Amino acid sequence: MAEMQDFGKMDINDRGGKHTYEYDDAAQIPATSGPTPSQTVGPFFAYGLAPGPYGYAHEEIHDTDLTTPDLEGTRIVINGQVFDSSGLPVHDAVIEIVQADATGTYVDATRNDGFTGYGRCGTGTDGRDGKKTFEFHTVKPGATQSGAAPFVTVIVTMRGLLNHCITRIYFPGDDVGQDPVMKQVPADRRHTLIAREAGPNRYRFDIHMQGDNETVFFDL
Amino acid sequence: MTARSTGSGRDWASMPEPIFPDYRSTPTRGPKQAPIKIEGGWDQSVALRPVWPKLPSKDADLTMNGRVNGDPIGERIVIEGKLTDDSGRPVPGALVEIWQANAAGRYIHREEIHPAPLDPNFLGAGRCITGADGSYRFITIKPGSYPWGNHHNAWRPAHVHFSIFGAGLAQRLVTQMYFPSDPTFPYDPIFNAITDPKVRNRLIARFSMEDTVPEWAHCYMFDICLAGAYATPFEEGHDHG
Repeated sequence: MAEMQDFGKMDINDRGGKHTYEYDDAAQIPATSGPTPSQTVGPFFAYGLAPGPYGYAHEEIHDTDLTTPDLEGTRIVINGQVFDSSGLPVHDAVIEIVQADATGTYVDATRNDGFTGYGRCGTGTDGRDGKKTFEFHTVKPGATQSGAAPFVTVIVTMRGLLNHCITRIYFPGDDVGQDPVMKQVPADRRHTLIAREAGPNRYRFDIHMQGDNETVFFDL
Repeated sequence: MTARSTGSGRDWASMPEPIFPDYRSTPTRGPKQAPIKIEGGWDQSVALRPVWPKLPSKDADLTMNGRVNGDPIGERIVIEGKLTDDSGRPVPGALVEIWQANAAGRYIHREEIHPAPLDPNFLGAGRCITGADGSYRFITIKPGSYPWGNHHNAWRPAHVHFSIFGAGLAQRLVTQMYFPSDPTFPYDPIFNAITDPKVRNRLIARFSMEDTVPEWAHCYMFDICLAGAYATPFEEGHDHG
């Protein structure tokens, strides 16, 4: 039998929370026009969003390795974990990265060297009791604006997260002091956006959903 | 120079609260700090669409892309709709990925333990790219409702998961589409985490007799509205230095 979800281990006699909502004819009330609301990605996204690494029989169209043979730039590895409020690593998160190339240029339709500037990785490929880590192979991006520090955008989704979260990875040793986005982050939280050097051209970036080191997320 | 530049932020009034305790995974995973609004721009990636790879053929037809030796079991349906931004302009070239349970309410995911049958001819995942008019169209099997461990006798309304990447970072959306008149709507904390019914009901597809294919399949229409357009992506010139 497959392993249980976390919620399967809960005390089934604890029926805390409210699970019936005032309805009457609420489902018949016409929707207004406006942005489509977000919902959680749920626990079972792997075969749809990242089938390859999980071994599902669905052709993989995304990659965790953004490099191509002719791509210029310093090859780097970025890995990390996502932690919940109790400090436990999350095994059912999806991490996406978007970045410019080493010259600070984003991919557009004219690009033909195979670099997509986009990667996706689930945190469950090492199994439920494995490492619960995401890892990308890429190149160190260049700055995309004058005065800005190089960064990688990260999109975070997981079971239990009702809206996706967006953050940035900056790199240790870069001058982030004049970065126009970093300057808007409270000084005592800026460290949550800077990766840790974990070896030559290897960077560690952990994402904390809550707690003293809650990662800064942006309204984007 | 900036037309509705970067940093206009999400329309939070249309979104669920990040922590909705009735959905029991949210208190430990939803961020407690408010997201930081950026003045003066993120950078040009807010309005740049990634270049997606060519999709496998039949990827928008879930009755075909998991086929081994026959038709998947269940009610064949068409799900179609249009992606627009919040000013009504179509969003072409967006990547739309869906995944869902089969007709019996069973996902193929290995951690799924619901004792309902798997369908050897149904994978339950598909993808497409929106056309020039923002339209998308999937052929699939109507998913079943299934129980989950959130609380005693918890059942998810039948739904299809959607992941959408439109024209840049500001148009990322992960959501779920529901079917009209589901009897379990009043009991589902995920659906009801959007507390305003006028907003929540945007997630309910509309049955369309007009688009139903005679002798073949019901059609459900699900139009999706993403965040704003960024006509002028960024006020500063692109600096390669």
